[in-house]
Amino acid sequence: MAGNSVTQVSAITSMNLRNVSQRATSSVVALVGIAGVVTVLIGVLSIAAGFRAVLTLSGAQDVAIVLRSGATDEMGSGLSQPQTRIIADSKDIARDADGAIASPELYVVVDVPLKRTATPANVPLRGVGQQAQKLRQNFRIVEGRTFTPGTFEVIAGRGASLQFAGLSVGSKLRWGTTDWTVVGIFEDRGSVAESEVWTDATVLQGAYNRGNSYQSMRVKLTSPGAFQSFKDALTSDPRLNVRLFTERDYYEQQSRTLIALVSTIGTTIAVLMGLGAVFAALNTMYSAVSTRTREIATLRALGFGSAPVVVSVLAEALLIGLIGGVIGMAISYFTFNGLRASTMNFASFSQITFAFQVTPQVLMQGLTYALALGFIGGLLPSLRAARLPITTGLREL
Amino acid sequence: MFKHLPLLWANLGRKKLRTGLTLASIIVAFLLFGLMQTLRVALTGSPELAGVDRLVTIHKVAIIQPLPESYLTRIRGVEGVKVACSHDWFGGIYQNDRNQLPVIAVDVPTFFQVYNEYSLPPEQKAAWEQDRTAAIVGSAVAERFGWKIGDTVPMRSNIWTHKNDGSSVWPMKVAGIYNAGNGDNQSIYFHHEYLNESRAVGEGTVGWVVLRVNDRNRSADIARTIDGMFANSSTETKTATEKAFIQGFANQMGNIGALITAVAAAVFFTMLLVTANTMGQSIRERFSEIGVMKTLGYSNATVTGLVLGEALLVTALGAIIGLGLAALTSVGLAQALAQFFPVLGMPPSVYASGAVLVVVLGTLAAAQPCVQANRLKIVDALRKV
Repeated sequence: MAGNSVTQVSAITSMNLRNVSQRATSSVVALVGIAGVVTVLIGVLSIAAGFRAVLTLSGAQDVAIVLRSGATDEMGSGLSQPQTRIIADSKDIARDADGAIASPELYVVVDVPLKRTATPANVPLRGVGQQAQKLRQNFRIVEGRTFTPGTFEVIAGRGASLQFAGLSVGSKLRWGTTDWTVVGIFEDRGSVAESEVWTDATVLQGAYNRGNSYQSMRVKLTSPGAFQSFKDALTSDPRLNVRLFTERDYYEQQSRTLIALVSTIGTTIAVLMGLGAVFAALNTMYSAVSTRTREIATLRALGFGSAPVVVSVLAEALLIGLIGGVIGMAISYFTFNGLRASTMNFASFSQITFAFQVTPQVLMQGLTYALALGFIGGLLPSLRAARLPITTGLREL
Repeated sequence: MFKHLPLLWANLGRKKLRTGLTLASIIVAFLLFGLMQTLRVALTGSPELAGVDRLVTIHKVAIIQPLPESYLTRIRGVEGVKVACSHDWFGGIYQNDRNQLPVIAVDVPTFFQVYNEYSLPPEQKAAWEQDRTAAIVGSAVAERFGWKIGDTVPMRSNIWTHKNDGSSVWPMKVAGIYNAGNGDNQSIYFHHEYLNESRAVGEGTVGWVVLRVNDRNRSADIARTIDGMFANSSTETKTATEKAFIQGFANQMGNIGALITAVAAAVFFTMLLVTANTMGQSIRERFSEIGVMKTLGYSNATVTGLVLGEALLVTALGAIIGLGLAALTSVGLAQALAQFFPVLGMPPSVYASGAVLVVVLGTLAAAQPCVQANRLKIVDALRKV
């Protein structure tokens, strides 16, 4: 019996799939619908994946960020030079031949036009200390050279130089009353730093009338485990009034809003579009079943069970889902993967550049969704086919 | 024309399931269309809501750079400037870091002259003007946190600290709840003096200046005059219309508008296929019937018109229900997204573009079946039975 029903299932299913061409138009409609949904879903998920990648890449566990107590980001923070000296003296900070691996930093934004629209965007300009490059593990200059301390020279992140106009080696920019020269382009494995422009912190203090104050301090800890003792020591020091994050927590917090926003909107769109695609698939499968009413009834009269009929209809629907899903995966992969974009990160009131990332997980999510849509679209029509009374079916024209 | 309505209606009822499914896909398409337009407007701002006679003066380098307080007086002195009001970004946080609010310190006496579309009862306005620690809050934010007039709110700043004790908490008394015609009901406005007198740094500066001009046709001239006045000083300015300012800010969000349009187009293309397919199917099934109608004397034009009418009817029904649902759900969307940015509800222009889409979608879907029905010869149709 078991062997018999397997034969039945494969017989009907293969017959069914061979005559899909009879219903080509409506099958293609359902297929295009599902492919469209999968493309949009993967697109949205790859934006979220891209953001997450930038922000998690940026955050090391053994790097700590020190802000003024009450500040939520670098922009609103402030530290005096004596305070940065006290912090740099901490025993939990890693040291090398040049002293403590710590960088007191300034963070301001400057208007640089977006290449795409030629309208100004808030690009972060970061003033960094001598040791800053050692705090970003993958930092390297890919073009030109690094800035000379004490001069009005800047280096631009690769992301920033791709998105904003005039950030290429040798170009001159006027911010305020100062002319700045871009002398190099740097990379840091796609982290947030690549959205920024860097210069010497002491030069920036002068140019922005900041005296000798800084905004934040970034330090390399002796080990990730040293964070707690570093934090305890600093927060209990009466000379300081500070708030500390590991770099990872800091970026996690900054990205929360953006990722939540993209996911909320993306999921809503994907669910609604999926609903539309299910209706298209249902329509296709119902008409597939209804044009074959007599055929199905004949099969049943010949002794085929209802289970093979259900399976054959479902298989057709799943095939449509599979093909639609694969097409969607291909389109989205070739359109979106690696696409560079920039948007406003409200947490820091400045631009962040990122690349869409179509990861294998994202692709699998898209495919699963496509199959689920095909399954739902095939289930009800297949049940109807199986329940149809044989006599009525045979009588139908 | 209308005498055929019962016939159209009866045809729709012929295969209820199929009509239902087609209708459902159209409803979803229009629901998505409505929601995405709502989102697009919310994300890219609505430059059309900007005051036509308002200009914004900011530091040339970036808006976060402060301007000397004296600039306010000098801008007021420029010929053609009706009134000018200073603004300072406060970086407000309420209760926890997640509740970041647009709190802005303004020059209170000129605020309502610059923003004349904001309404506040006169007694609340008087209370705000008299008390230095008083603030007015937007109706949406008051509702979100359940604030009432007279409450004192411990507002924290992520930028400014008090110079005497280093604290970042600035208690503010809710003196009034305003309603803004341009939809800005999420902000909190308080006294520039309150902030300026006690902040540890930045005393004697303002963030940016918003001004109104007497004659909006002279906006470009006035903007040039203002920027010219501060050219070659240590603090140069950039003046633009409020509309350009909002537009520039929206551009910073990235190509979200384009992205949303692309998604909407993809959805519509799919729906077009679905409707066209079902229409084609139901016409093919009725070829013999159309043959009978033609035998009875129905002209080719009438028969074609009936097919077209059927497509338009389904599409229009779907659009009405879909946009209705979108208008309802955009309220829910506004609540879900309130923590990120204000959503003002579905823009009315959606109905107009929706109507255009109904005609386009219906006509395109009916095109092929119409041609088929028009060309159909009576003999061929009747032979099919």
